[in-house]
Amino acid sequence: MNEFIEQKVKLRWPERLASGYEVVVLGGGGHGLATAYYLATRHGITNVGVIERSYIGSGNSGRNTTVIRANYGVPEAVRFYQRSLELYQGLEDATGRWIMHKEKGLLWIAHTEMGLRAERARAALNQAYGAETQFIEPEEIKAICPQIDLAGGGRYPVLGASYHPRGATARHDRVVWSLAEGAMRSGVEVHQQTAVTGLVLEGDRAVGVKTTRGPVRADVVVMALGGQVSTVASMAGLRLPIRSHPLQAFVTNHYQMGLDAIVASTELLFYASQTARGEILIGAEIDRQPSYSYRSTFGFLSACAGRALMLLPFLADLRVLRQWTGICDMTPDFSPVMGPTGIDGLLVSTGWGTWGFKAIPAGGEAMAHLIATGEVPELIAPFGLDRFARDLPLSDRGSAGTQ
Amino acid sequence: MLYLTCPNCGRRSVEEFRYGEIPTVPDELTDPDERDVDRGFMRSNLFGPTTERWFHDFGCRRWFTVTRDTSTDEVL
Repeated sequence: MNEFIEQKVKLRWPERLASGYEVVVLGGGGHGLATAYYLATRHGITNVGVIERSYIGSGNSGRNTTVIRANYGVPEAVRFYQRSLELYQGLEDATGRWIMHKEKGLLWIAHTEMGLRAERARAALNQAYGAETQFIEPEEIKAICPQIDLAGGGRYPVLGASYHPRGATARHDRVVWSLAEGAMRSGVEVHQQTAVTGLVLEGDRAVGVKTTRGPVRADVVVMALGGQVSTVASMAGLRLPIRSHPLQAFVTNHYQMGLDAIVASTELLFYASQTARGEILIGAEIDRQPSYSYRSTFGFLSACAGRALMLLPFLADLRVLRQWTGICDMTPDFSPVMGPTGIDGLLVSTGWGTWGFKAIPAGGEAMAHLIATGEVPELIAPFGLDRFARDLPLSDRGSAGTQ
Repeated sequence: MLYLTCPNCGRRSVEEFRYGEIPTVPDELTDPDERDVDRGFMRSNLFGPTTERWFHDFGCRRWFTVTRDTSTDEVL
């Protein structure tokens, strides 16, 4: 589906906060809204309140680089992101809204023998677990993306790549709005400008939240907060395996359409794609120190632009239009955390680091299933918070920002 | 965060430094296994002033202690 008559999304904002909901979702970003959306549309649970501190999609859902891919580095992650990729393919039909989903194909370039081994291993593992990825030679890379300089600026020669043809992008705001609209249509209430100030516990059970607009009771509380999850979890005495790091990205001015593929390089620490407006969107590594500051730095911009130029020399003609920062919740094993917290009635969906946007539909679907049935779906069972105590972390080297 | 002040070398670009966390295990945890898991994986991840260590990698190569507000990146 790609032909739509543009209509204004119909977002109905409730006037006042109810005294209680069956399910309260903290965080009106992609994951929180997807959880509410699937609860309402799949499981018929519509007595849901989504509580958002600012406006919906104001956090990392509006700051990411919109890449959708499933070429991860551990079997559990490949299966999970492949599910998400498939849900994204059907999201326009499901919500009836154009999210500007576009399959572009993703090239993950290797510049060293070490990188070649990593990309060959990625392709083999992905094929074994149902994601389409193949290893390709430099001539094939040039055919897919003619803009690439195979000499890599003389320092980073292109030796090969893993090619993920189902790699795609979608417009992040539209994903958030379409999920919000779909949830609201079914009766879910989304409350903006409402900050959480406390979690209410009775014994070992979470029974509600305190907000800046009054207390709300709930049978189930879901923490789908990006950036502030450690702060809110600590209100219940809960400690999480999360460190929040800034990640910066930037776009250039508009350029004629033509960079069709998404280009990524682990060794050059950057990834680039062209947005529907023609801007070249470039993202990179997390900053090394944990921080909640949204300040962008020139140091990052010059270093990242310099690296991107080695692979895509045509960028030298472009100018930087905009630069911004998001806050990534990084786990020690670079995999997300989803499921129960050990406190009854309190669930968490966090640790979305640099891989949150692509996981929105599958994460929301799985969390909704968990809330509705009380059973952790098999797809997300390996991503539980207890995996660290059980010594079963999912060390994922296929995630971005893991170097 | 753009600059850090090293006690030996003075004000330098933050790119010269390496971040070092001070792990803090809460006193309420008494079970040795739980303490190990907490030290290995759990993080306070404070929003606001935190005390941390920094190493001057491209300078005097010494560790020093910094108090920083993580919400603004201001060194206090």
